Parts: sequence; structure tokens; C-alpha cells
Amino acid sequence: MAGGHQHAPGHAHLHVPGDSGVHRLSPAPKLVGLVAFVVVVALTPRREIVVFAVFAAIVAATVAMARVPVRTVFARLVVIVPFLLFAALVPFVADGDQVVVFGLSLSEEGLWAAFGVVAKSTIGATASIVFAATTPVPDVIRALSELRVPAVIVGIVAFMFRYLDVIIDQLRRMRQAMVARCHDPRWLWQVGPIASSAGTLFVRSYERGERVHQAMLARGFDGHLPDLDERTTRPSEWFVAVVPAVVAAAVATMAVAT
Amino acid sequence: MTPLLAMHAPDGFLEPAVAAVTAVISVVILAVSLRAARTELGDRQVPLAGITAAFVFAAQMFNFPVASGTSGHLLGGALAAILLGPHVGTIVVSVVVVVQALLFADGGISALGYNVLNMAIVPAFGGWALYRLIRRVLPATSSGVIAATGLAAAASVVLSSMAFSIEWLFGASAPVPFDTVFTAMVGVHVLIGIGEGVLSALMVSAVLATRPDLVTGAADLDLEAVADRRPVGARAFLIGGALVAVFFAAVVSQFAVDDPDGLERVAIDEGFESSAQEHAIADSIFADYATSGIGNESVSLAVAGLAGVALCLLVGYGIVAATRRPTGRLAS
Repeated sequence: MAGGHQHAPGHAHLHVPGDSGVHRLSPAPKLVGLVAFVVVVALTPRREIVVFAVFAAIVAATVAMARVPVRTVFARLVVIVPFLLFAALVPFVADGDQVVVFGLSLSEEGLWAAFGVVAKSTIGATASIVFAATTPVPDVIRALSELRVPAVIVGIVAFMFRYLDVIIDQLRRMRQAMVARCHDPRWLWQVGPIASSAGTLFVRSYERGERVHQAMLARGFDGHLPDLDERTTRPSEWFVAVVPAVVAAAVATMAVAT
Repeated sequence: MTPLLAMHAPDGFLEPAVAAVTAVISVVILAVSLRAARTELGDRQVPLAGITAAFVFAAQMFNFPVASGTSGHLLGGALAAILLGPHVGTIVVSVVVVVQALLFADGGISALGYNVLNMAIVPAFGGWALYRLIRRVLPATSSGVIAATGLAAAASVVLSSMAFSIEWLFGASAPVPFDTVFTAMVGVHVLIGIGEGVLSALMVSAVLATRPDLVTGAADLDLEAVADRRPVGARAFLIGGALVAVFFAAVVSQFAVDDPDGLERVAIDEGFESSAQEHAIADSIFADYATSGIGNESVSLAVAGLAGVALCLLVGYGIVAATRRPTGRLAS
């Protein structure tokens, strides 16, 4: 068993390096643009199939522009699969007018609901995948502080990312040590060792936090993380970033109005 | 994995109105927590909170076996509240939920309002309230702390699924009756809750064994006395968890009896092929009750009302119980 580095479930794999326009866009406008776009998608009535096709085209265009490999996008879309399964069940359990499809009696309203959940969740998730793939974590943290998120929260996010991989590595080492000692739980009542190692992990994480804090104090930490990045956000970038959201909103409004 | 259904809901899972209202509620409660935590957290303890957030993140990857072949993982809301206090716990778990949505596409961005409410605020404050209540009944020993943690953590997962069901009542994206959703969600989460309770209790017992001063919820214990006691085994919690499960199952099944199960209903419909349903469905979930009959309607509303009142009471009590004791462990 030489599986030292099978996979890294941290955040390192999230960023797809590149030099596209989507990559170069300043993080704060990009984050605002993402949230605005997803909100427009969520607000759109679910029966507007054409509008959702336009949304999908917009997202696909950003994926292409950012040159994020399509395989990466699909691989990360796996997180929403449980909800797609739920959506697939809805037509069977929903009330309302029934339509017969391939000999199965399905709820018409349920079919629309399933379509809505699938369309909105896929488009929304793809949009945030593009954001995560084109924005390195330090930039995300910078965007949060530029958007006036309370400093405590920004600090928590920053430290979380800094130590996520450290802690996951520690977790992996502990698990490997357990497996090396014939740990192979199959049932809930065998959960003891896992739980106590999780408790140990908490104590270790906490003590690491105490040490880190003392080390930071020793180096002159005054409660504020310095921003070492000199890039500034140009006003024009705000307009560029909300283009997808504005186009989406315009299309949706036109479709609903007619 | 189906158990995560209530958790990490994607975009468009509930109607926009519910998303907006829950977003406002979540932001307000987070702001209150942030203000309250300022005394506990200061700006000097941010690294601790951050590393604990990383821990919660990692703990959600900790798969534990449920039965042969299937596994679940910790949700950690109640656990974070008991370890860190409800304010810091809520903030830490909320940060995890938001980051999962933004960077891991795990949970929709427009769904953050209800995801933060269901996965951070309700389990943390509701779990904390239950923990305080249970602690009153149990002896002030480490066994009492551990048992209370297990029960509160188990119930917090069920509370979380109830919160989701109530939101579904107000803003369902699909015309699935509240009863069906409530029964399915709460039923599944009773099972998940057992795992959560066992795991949380064992973790707290492990922390108590090494660094009892780190457990905010056990701040009232005499640390010398705690150090001498041996942690309690898993069996006691399995029994306790099973008792809670039986209780919830008994309560929930009361409401489930008079409503045919969704799939059962499909079978009926297939038998009498294309027999038109009596009502056209409006977007509102309330319209669904009209099709299910008046008796059902009142039952559903009663369930929703009771569950809602209980939730509000618990979360409110958690907040009050939290503010009553302003000197938190983290400040030490």
C-alpha cells in the first residue's frame, strides 16, 4: 500500500491557472457578478425554457472564455447529483394533473418542478465552478475584504484556507496509522476509534491555533492582516463583471413580459 | 448521498421569496452572533476560529460507517456550539457553508440563506438550547456532558430537517405535499441524527479526556474532577440515540398515518390510468393541501405550526442561554 498521495481534497485543485479575461478580472467585481447572475437565474420562473437555454449559453460562453476544461466542470458538478436524483423522483410523488409518458403516470407540475431544479442548480453550480476555477483563494479573500465583509469573518476564512490542507494531511496521517493497525470499521458501533481520533484532531487543531497565534503576536500581529497586493480594481471592471447578469436579467424580463 | 438532501441545497430548490426571507434572517442572526462573539473572539482569537473552521471542514470529510457499505459524515453544528459556544460555533459553521457554496459549488449561492439557517444557525442554537436543557436534568459530571452532547447533537440534525420542511411548506419548488417531505426528511434525519449524536458525544469525550478546558459547554465543570473520570463507552450512546429516535419516530408517524405515501399514490394512479386529478395545481404549496383533504390540511398546519414554534423557542432559548454567560472559553 504505497498510497501516500492519492488525491488532495483541499482547495489546491480548485484553481485552473490561466490568463483569460475571466482570470484577469478583479476578484471583487467577479464575485458580485457571479452572485448577481445566480440570483437572476434563481428568480426566473421555471417554465421559461428558452430563457434557461440562454442562461446555459451564457455560462457555456464563460466556460469557453475562461478555457476551463469541460471535464473539470463535469467532474465538479458531481456534488449536485443527489439533488438531480431528488428532482427525478419529484414527477412520481408530486400532486396535480397527471400526464402519461412512456406508460408512466407523471405529475405535470412535478415535471416542471424537476426541470426547474435541474436547470437552476446546474447553471448556478457551473457559474460558481467557473468562479472557483479562475480565482485563486487569496484573491477570494481579498474580494471579501474589498466588499466590506467584517474583518473577523475574512480572517476566519483566510485562516481556514491556510490550515485546511494542513489539517486534512494530519487527518490522513492519523487514518493511515489506524489502517496500519488493522482498523477497518464496517458498522456504526465500531465508530469509537474514528470519533476519538476526530476529538484528538480537534485538540491538535486548537493547539496549533494557539501556537500560530502566539507566533503571529511575536511577529507584531495587531489584529489586521496586511494586504500585500497592489492591484486596484478599475471602475470599468464592475461593468464588465455584471454583463452576464444584466444580459440574463434582460432576456428573462423580456420573456416574462411577452 | 441522500442523507445530505436537506443540506447543501442547490439554487432554485426553494422559491425565491423563501430564499430572500431566510437570507435576511441568517444575516441578522449572524450579525448578532458576531457582535456577541466579539467579547469571546476579539480580533486576537481569529486564528483559533479559522483553524477550527478548517477542522469542521475536515470533519465533514470524516466518513464513519453506518452499516456495511454505507457511510455518513458529521454535520457538526451542535458539536461546534458545544465546543466553542453557540455564537462562535454558528459563525464558524456558517463560514464553512458559505465557502463550500462559493468555491466547491456545494450548495447554491442563491440558496445560502436557507442553507446557513438550516446547517449552521438552527443546529448550533437549537442544539445549544437542548444541550443546556438536558444538562439541567443530568448530573454535572463529564458523563452528563457527554450524554447531553449526544442527545443534543442527535436532535439538532432532526431540528435542521424540520426547519427545511417548514421552509418547504412556504416555498416548495415542487408540488410535493408537506406531509410527504416532512415524513421523509425527518425520518431519514432521525437515522442520521443517531450517527451524529454518537460521533459528537465520542468526540467531546475524547476532548474532555485530554483538554477539558477547551469544551465551552463544560465550562461549569470542575476540571480536576473531569480529569479523573474515564470516558463513557459507545454503547450508552447507542441506547440513548435509539431512545431519541424512537421518540421522534413515534411522534412523526402520528402525522404520517393518514397520508398515502407518494409512491403508493403513483401506484394507485397507474392502476386507474389517467384518471384526472380533481384540482389543477397552483404554485403555492397551500393549494396542495386542498387536494389532500381538509383533515390533512389541519394536521399539516398543526405539524408545521408546532414544529415551527418549537424551533423558534429552541433557537431563541439557545440565543438567550448563550448571552446570559458572556465570559466564554475562547477569551481565556
